[in-house]
Amino acid sequence: MQSSNAINYDYTVAKYFTISAIVLGIVGMSVGVLIAFQLAFPELNNLFGEYGTFGRLRPIHTDGVAFGFTVSGIFATWFYVGQRVLKVSMAESKFLMFIGKLQFWLYIIGVAVAVVSLALGYTTSKEYAEFEWPVDIAIVVVWVLWGVSIFGLIGIRREKVLYISVWYYIATFLGVAMLYVFNNMEVPTYFVSGMGNWFHSVSMYAGSNDAMVQWWYGHNAVAFVFTVPIIAMIYYFLPKESGQPVFSYKLSLLSFWGLMFVYLWAGGHHLLYSTVPDWVQTMASIFSIILILPSWGSAINMLLTMKGEWGQLKENPLVKFYVLASTFYMLSTLEGPIQAIKSVNALAHFTDWIPGHVHDGTLGWVGFMIIGAIFHMAPRMFKKEIYSKKLVEAQFWLQTTGIVMYFTSMWISGITQGMMWRATDQYGNLAYSFIDTVEVLHPYWTLRAVGGSFYLIGVFMWAYNIYKTATSSKAIEKEPQYATPMA
Amino acid sequence: MDMEFIRNIQGWGYVSMIFIITIGLYAYIYHLYKSQRDGVKDYEKYSNMALNDEIDDTLVEAKDPQNDAKDNKER
Repeated sequence: MQSSNAINYDYTVAKYFTISAIVLGIVGMSVGVLIAFQLAFPELNNLFGEYGTFGRLRPIHTDGVAFGFTVSGIFATWFYVGQRVLKVSMAESKFLMFIGKLQFWLYIIGVAVAVVSLALGYTTSKEYAEFEWPVDIAIVVVWVLWGVSIFGLIGIRREKVLYISVWYYIATFLGVAMLYVFNNMEVPTYFVSGMGNWFHSVSMYAGSNDAMVQWWYGHNAVAFVFTVPIIAMIYYFLPKESGQPVFSYKLSLLSFWGLMFVYLWAGGHHLLYSTVPDWVQTMASIFSIILILPSWGSAINMLLTMKGEWGQLKENPLVKFYVLASTFYMLSTLEGPIQAIKSVNALAHFTDWIPGHVHDGTLGWVGFMIIGAIFHMAPRMFKKEIYSKKLVEAQFWLQTTGIVMYFTSMWISGITQGMMWRATDQYGNLAYSFIDTVEVLHPYWTLRAVGGSFYLIGVFMWAYNIYKTATSSKAIEKEPQYATPMA
Repeated sequence: MDMEFIRNIQGWGYVSMIFIITIGLYAYIYHLYKSQRDGVKDYEKYSNMALNDEIDDTLVEAKDPQNDAKDNKER
């Protein structure tokens, strides 16, 4: 390893993934807003023929925001945070720089093929695992390349100890690798039996086994895409932006192991009252409740990091993003376990309360952390101050209003829906038909779509602010140590 | 091997694993706090890895102390 004299961190790959996070965020969330309006106004399904129907667009939304926006954000922050906490530059290894760039371009090709194939209706019909086997293989290659980057950088690091964020990034890598490979074990029908298209496949598992593997994957995709790497981000960006050391480093370590220990058992709560063994359901329900402990361990650790420094919340809009993200993390990690209690689930399952829960987590926690992280990284990557602080503030309040509109409308409609579905008259007949519920819930579905639109407008404001920061903002001479400079 | 036997193995294996891992986790918590209290290891100093993360900042704990002493001198 050469001397660090005159070496600077190299953010080339981080910049690439920042751009893809913004672009895929806009694509994924625009589709999300469109399908939210489709649920309220079904005639919108007819806009683009078969390509504009809810069934075609829904996986583009979910996979677009999860594997497009979020995964790009994870990669962007890794290629930024990884170098800094390990105190080693990508510029010190031509090999790692090549691997990083290769990973980016293969990822972009994979995303393009995935979007086109979903739009054309090619799907394995497994939720969040809709891609056919050729796309799966491309994803595995991209993921392995990321692993090479992670362990390659760790191999040439100067710091002996791995900072807690690096633990979480490693867990993301290992967790997703394991989940993705096992859930996507599939049989290519053409090569095995000569039936169907060459790219078509069916799951290797059958019946309730398939359901169990699918939700072991589905729930842990939430764990290792929407939780673990986002904790990696907050453990770096909140302390760094506020200039405060993590409240308790020891608590961060034991929350890490607690989360790893508990999360993997909770997936069965998606299958309560179904045909999977009863003990699987009970175990999942119990582990979901225990999951509150490590989740709140991290979230409280973050809030306590701001102890005595709450004034920053008024001055610094990025601290606002991080603190609200942490708060939404607490909210959704309390709400999830409540929904996993069997008696609550009897009411909540299949209702709007579920997407309500998902979105206070994804919009409030995941979205705010990635948006806030990129705001922190942009001036350091482009050597320019943030173009407009007022725009950041306006974006924050608009998006917060959007999130609140989204989850409150879904809470009310979900619980109303659940109550109406199981209401009976004095003779035990169902009191309401399906269309009765639709009429009652329509205003809330409209509210949800409007809330989602607010959030999407905020994403456009973010994209514009980052674009102007990179192209026409005032240059900064020296990199700020803590708070991000803003005009 | 009949199904009853397999289910028994699964059940006992599951319970023992939960028990062992729980003990392990609590032992780890005890180890962290005891090491800090007895001055064996200061875990809290690792927070500085995020705060002082310029490439020429002083290392919290050098991976290769000899090379890095030289590195730091050059910086």
